[in-house]
Amino acid sequence: MSILPAIRLASVVKRFGDLTAVDHLDLEVPRGSCFGLLGPNGAGKSTTMRMLTGQAEADEGIVEVLGHRLPGASRHARAVSGVVPQVDNLDDELTVEENLAVTARLQRIPRERRQEAIARGLRIARLSERAEAATRSLSGGMRRRLLIARGLVHAPELVLLDEPTVGLDPQVRQQLWSTIAEIQAEGATVLMSTHYIEEAERLCDEVAVMHLGRVVAQGPPATLIASHVGREVLEVDGAPPTLARVEHEARSAGLRTRRSGTSVAVLDAEQLDGQAWAQGERRKPTLEDVFVVLTGEELA
Amino acid sequence: MSATTTAPDRGGSLTVGVRQRRFEPGVVAAIVYREWRVFRRVWFSTAFGSIVEPIVFFVGFGFGFGALISEVAGLSYLEFMATGTIAIGIMFSALFPGLINGYSRRTERHLYDGQLAAPVTVAEIVAGESLWNGLRVSVVAMVTVGVAFAFGVRMGPGVVFIPLIAIISGFGLCATGAAFAAKLRSWHGVDIVVGGLIAPMFVVAGTFFPLDGLPRFAELFGRVNPLYHCVELLRAAAFGGYGLWQVLGHLGAVLLFNLLAWLVAVRFVRQALID
Ligand SMILES: Nc1ncnc2c1ncn2[C@@H]1O[C@H](COP(=O)(O)OP(=O)(O)OP(=O)(O)O)[C@@H](O)[C@H]1O
Ligand SMILES: [Mg+2]
Repeated sequence: MSILPAIRLASVVKRFGDLTAVDHLDLEVPRGSCFGLLGPNGAGKSTTMRMLTGQAEADEGIVEVLGHRLPGASRHARAVSGVVPQVDNLDDELTVEENLAVTARLQRIPRERRQEAIARGLRIARLSERAEAATRSLSGGMRRRLLIARGLVHAPELVLLDEPTVGLDPQVRQQLWSTIAEIQAEGATVLMSTHYIEEAERLCDEVAVMHLGRVVAQGPPATLIASHVGREVLEVDGAPPTLARVEHEARSAGLRTRRSGTSVAVLDAEQLDGQAWAQGERRKPTLEDVFVVLTGEELA
Repeated sequence: MSATTTAPDRGGSLTVGVRQRRFEPGVVAAIVYREWRVFRRVWFSTAFGSIVEPIVFFVGFGFGFGALISEVAGLSYLEFMATGTIAIGIMFSALFPGLINGYSRRTERHLYDGQLAAPVTVAEIVAGESLWNGLRVSVVAMVTVGVAFAFGVRMGPGVVFIPLIAIISGFGLCATGAAFAAKLRSWHGVDIVVGGLIAPMFVVAGTFFPLDGLPRFAELFGRVNPLYHCVELLRAAAFGGYGLWQVLGHLGAVLLFNLLAWLVAVRFVRQALID
């Protein structure tokens, strides 16, 4: 029974006019896992998320959420999913508590469990003290927390987080990480998109790198790193002419490089002769290196 | 449908066992609840408008025209225009929120995007908002009845039906606003709706003068105008003198219009919200 994946996308296509936002996408998210969607701006992450709630309808392919085939059964899918959207859509005419109370009613949580749900939301948002406050009076970070809590009031089986930590201070971001760990411990499946690669590396059991509407690589972070950028990276700082020279030399040695700002990174650096390449600093490769190699784009 | 639609539910989830039919009245109730929570804080604007607007109409039209016209369709002019004023109040207080909220909630505030992430359909949202505005304008209508009384208009016992007529008429007018809102690309489009829809609906409805004297095309427009049927129902309730079949005819026309307005609104709003 539980071999059924939480999310199954098979050859999914979504077009907006001439633009193909999602291009024959295949994706399976195992139950109970935390799955990360990485990709540059416009890769199709949000469009993919919206197809999982029936808010965008695929032109081709199969979309299944917890065994419910969309868009037909999207209502059943949404009842067991919690959504944290990229664009803030909190209800500004309501208070903090009312935002949660209205969501609890829209979810039709039975009357006798509504208070429990609202309390859960306030706790997750850490806004119990501000329950009566007008939503528009909250700071940006508090709004984010409420947005996240609102998606979790009904203790969903699947949580869709579209860039949940944008605009959060480091401390709150870490609190969110522990929230995500908690909901995963409750048994929920988490699908999150993010531009913070560290976040994906730390939280996700598996990540998929999207580019131009397709998955270009997928696997556990460590496996992706090992198979795409080797065991070591050499990072050289310097002026543009130095960097250009390093790039040239590395490429003639058959290695890939990555330029970012004032430094250049040479991948698979374990293959380099330590004597000739004494300059720079050797470090462990990261998921970010994989990302850049695969998509050819630096992160915003 | 695939063979595996019943996913094993997790014990902790608070929505386990909640029914998910195509149309859930519970969701409509939740939308109404949301409007009610907001209304508790902003009721003053509605109350102020619903008292001042009819006073303006009574002073302007009632005394202005009233001095020239003694009787219309068997009613004193003041009685005639009193029911017209109730109908106008119903239209303005239902159609404008449908239009203005419909647009700003979709484009600027992304409110519907948030609601649709829950097991909620566009049909339920439109029904909930229209029902709420129907309820709200029933209060507006009764305030107008009170103002009319202060100006010396005496209505019969049928006045108790006026809130019901207001709820029914308000529903369809709000849905009409929502349908147009779904087609707006910017706020400038509101001018088109006001000039092309609201103005003719407002004037050619038998509210302040009867349809009979109008040019043929205008009279025909008036007969399909839901506001005309609304005002006729109001007159039947307030002053009597209508046959049963006449009343049922007007009621049927309003209900038919409501069904159409709701279906069209759902279709348009859905197109605007679902990619
Ligand atoms: N409603 C829409 N109408 C037209 N084009 C759209 C629409 N939504 C998305 N797109 C386009 O589809 C592509 C994918 O967009 P999407 O929002 O899914 O990207 P993303 O990976 O979430 O990017 P970001 O990291 O910037 O949020 C983009 O080119 C975008 O312009
Ligand atoms: Mg996005």
